[in-house]
Amino acid sequence: MSLIAIAFYLMAAITIGAGFGVISARNPVHSVLWLILSFFSAAGLFVLMGAEFLAMLLVVVYVGAVAVLFLFVVMMLDVDFTALRQGFARYMPVGLLVAVVLAAEMILVSTTVAGQGAARASLGPQASGSGVDVTNAEAIGRVLYTDYVYLFQAAGMVLLVAMIGAIVLTLRHKPGVKRQVIMNQVLRTPATGMRLANPKPGEGIEG
Amino acid sequence: MTVGLEHYLAVAAILFTIGVFGIFVNRKNIIVILMSVELMLLAVNINLVAFSVYLGNVVGQVFAMFVLTVAAAEAAVGLAILVTFFRNRGDIAVDDASVMKG
Repeated sequence: MSLIAIAFYLMAAITIGAGFGVISARNPVHSVLWLILSFFSAAGLFVLMGAEFLAMLLVVVYVGAVAVLFLFVVMMLDVDFTALRQGFARYMPVGLLVAVVLAAEMILVSTTVAGQGAARASLGPQASGSGVDVTNAEAIGRVLYTDYVYLFQAAGMVLLVAMIGAIVLTLRHKPGVKRQVIMNQVLRTPATGMRLANPKPGEGIEG
Repeated sequence: MTVGLEHYLAVAAILFTIGVFGIFVNRKNIIVILMSVELMLLAVNINLVAFSVYLGNVVGQVFAMFVLTVAAAEAAVGLAILVTFFRNRGDIAVDDASVMKG
């Protein structure tokens, strides 16, 4: 068994095992940690295939951003998570049946496709660029910034809209918090900004 | 023993199935449901990259990048909705989420 095969089976086993950990952990914080492990070993699989750029992207975007976002939200919400696990045993048999059938079907189809379909002509893992001397990131860049530049811009717009949406959803104005309102400051005149009073001795001024 | 395309496809299929199974058994816990969706998107990405590498066409990896972008945006908006829902209800049970309609 070659070193690549050993690495593949190790990474694949860790990815799938961590996937099981995500859905079966009792504590959602543990679920997030299993998710991070799963993404990490999936990045290892990408490196094994020769897609280094996407592997690093997976580590940076998922482990660095999405998983940390999940961690923040899970720790921020004060929820009784044991109550949320009530239906676990009830839906287990049906879910297991559906999952086993689905996995068998998909593995059957993918082995058939790999053996007889359009992928039969493949020669195995090859340099995914046009030439041998082109790195993976350069090969992606050559396609991404030429043929798919509009899609690239659209992806940026998706991220922008998601950012604005997340801010709008979570922003709230608490009553009683004093905020700076620039317009009111600019519109302030001496007439509205001060009040003349003539208090009698010993009485003071009402606010 | 060489590692072929079908091995990667099998891993992706099993990972996708785990995601579906996670949605089935954790019906009430929406955080785990969101994580299961992320697992399913990861399986899709593995499929895209495997076909891209074994067919020698880099476009599959470009598409996987777009899937990654949309997945990140989806996670952000989903968690924002979750936080808002928690603020309004004090709970995150999905069964009660139908009160949001109308």
